[in-house]
Amino acid sequence: MYAIETENLTKKFDSLTAVDHINLKVNEGEIFGLLGPNGAGKTTAISILTTMKKPSSGKAFVNEKNVVDEADSVRKNIGIVFQDFSLDEELTAYENLDMHAAMYGIPREKRKERIEEVIEIVELKDRLHDLVKTFSGGMRRRLEIARGILHMPKVLFLDEPTIGLDPQTRKHIWEYIKSLQKKNKTTIILTTHYMDEADEMCGRIAIMDYGKIIAVDTSENLKNSLGGDVIILESENNEELEKELSKLKWVEKTELRNGRIYLQVKVGEKRIPQIMKCAKEREIEIESVNLHKPTLDDVFLHYTGRRIREETASGKESMRIRRKAWGRK
Amino acid sequence: MNNELTAVYFIWKRELIRFFRSKSRVIGSLGMPFFLLAVLGSGLNNVMEVSGGNYMDFITPGIIAMVLLFGSLLSGITVIMDRQFGFLKETLVAPVSRLSIVVGKSLGGATTAIIQGILILGIAMAMGVAVDLTSIPVLLILMLLVSLSFVTLGVALASLMEDMHGFQLVMNFIVMPMFFLSGALFPIDTAPEIVRYISYIDPLTYAVEGMRYLLLDYSYLPLSIVFGVLGGFFIITTSLAVYLFNGIES
Ligand SMILES: Nc1ncnc2c1ncn2[C@@H]1O[C@H](COP(=O)(O)OP(=O)(O)OP(=O)(O)O)[C@@H](O)[C@H]1O
Ligand SMILES: [Mg+2]
Repeated sequence: MYAIETENLTKKFDSLTAVDHINLKVNEGEIFGLLGPNGAGKTTAISILTTMKKPSSGKAFVNEKNVVDEADSVRKNIGIVFQDFSLDEELTAYENLDMHAAMYGIPREKRKERIEEVIEIVELKDRLHDLVKTFSGGMRRRLEIARGILHMPKVLFLDEPTIGLDPQTRKHIWEYIKSLQKKNKTTIILTTHYMDEADEMCGRIAIMDYGKIIAVDTSENLKNSLGGDVIILESENNEELEKELSKLKWVEKTELRNGRIYLQVKVGEKRIPQIMKCAKEREIEIESVNLHKPTLDDVFLHYTGRRIREETASGKESMRIRRKAWGRK
Repeated sequence: MNNELTAVYFIWKRELIRFFRSKSRVIGSLGMPFFLLAVLGSGLNNVMEVSGGNYMDFITPGIIAMVLLFGSLLSGITVIMDRQFGFLKETLVAPVSRLSIVVGKSLGGATTAIIQGILILGIAMAMGVAVDLTSIPVLLILMLLVSLSFVTLGVALASLMEDMHGFQLVMNFIVMPMFFLSGALFPIDTAPEIVRYISYIDPLTYAVEGMRYLLLDYSYLPLSIVFGVLGGFFIITTSLAVYLFNGIES
């Protein structure tokens, strides 16, 4: 049984295809990451899976229930932390949570208990009875997370949940989410711009770009698909060393660039001693060694030709455009 | 089923909490009707000659109907604000039917509108307007029917609008004409024929006349017609609200 299954799921806005024939299968109890630059279609995909938007074509199932025809039963089993603000500012934190718990059918006597539990996790206990409009951005975010996990959903969607949170809080929240997954077999679908987070948390990751899924695998396999690690060397005689090293059968590729030797190898840390030995035999002195393990960012670059980090610049760009629209420079 | 009722209750409660927390909304909603009563009512009392009593008495039911119209429609329209501030998403993914959301919202909006209506009735009485208190129970039923109709009309309109820009349009082309053509401020039976005909298609006319009948014991429309027309209007606006709100995407 799949917690989530999509068949050629597509969503069009006029001429723009925000989600383009995606086929996903997510297992029960998996932590599944959606990684992609701004505008890739992650939020739109989540909106369809959470019954908020109707697909233009294709099908989607959550817990084997069709998100269009059986929206009601889908809603019973999911929780979501939205990317954008979605609390009622005029209510207190407690009122927001209480209303949520009631709407998800948690009986009155249990509500208080659960609220106390989640508010503790997000460390907002002392602000429980304050109006949300008096909260800072990070505190609001934490309250949204508390609300998303309040009713212990079977499938939990987290759309950039930890954006704007300090590292310590992030760690704390991820620990709890991981424990949820372990204890209750909660399936978690998450989007994040923090690649280290995706790397550490997710079992599998789908890379999304322009509405399409271009690769799905574990973080490790995705990185391995790049051909392994890169060892970067500087020596007194690069030309000769490169020639010698390229003869070794475990060296997959060599390149001489900017006065450095780039070697592509598997499990680089084990090869460094052998490289040192080879150099010593040839009496070539090595000046520096650098081991670069592929990151998800490299994976992204490999599949799309762009870096995901560059997108933060385009975020600035859109801010600039917005400011312009308001007539300011 | 039980869960749906709980949801209705919480959505209703949210409307009330928000209403009472927003001091400006309470005061703002009573400022205009009070001003109309005080200035028009007392200022024109000796100039205007109306059947069955003085002018202040005459406009009191009209002002109450206006308070219900404004208060209810505004409550319905807050669906747009919920959308802009993001809270609508939270209600739309909740495992409760859209019908329950509309019902909760409408009952909440109607409750706050009726509270405003009763407050303005109290103010009018304090200013010396003599009303027939025995008809209060029927009056409350009428107020509920009127308020529910206008909240659901607001919800229906809000479901069609992306943002608050459309709100001005609604005020200028629906609310204001509805108010001025309803006979809240002048007797319709002596108005020019064209105005009279238009006022007959204005649902607020029936609300005003119904309240005039109940509070002042005179009206040119029988109560049966008032309830008949408003009942029909209520069914239309509610069906529209449920239908259009159902089609909302986040
Ligand atoms: N309601 C809408 N109407 C028109 N276009 C939309 C709408 N919602 C999203 N889009 C477009 O669909 C595309 C995908 O948007 P989406 O919000 O899914 O991206 P995302 O991957 O979540 O990006 P981000 O990382 O910035 O959150 C974008 O080009 C966006 O402009
Ligand atoms: Mg997004």
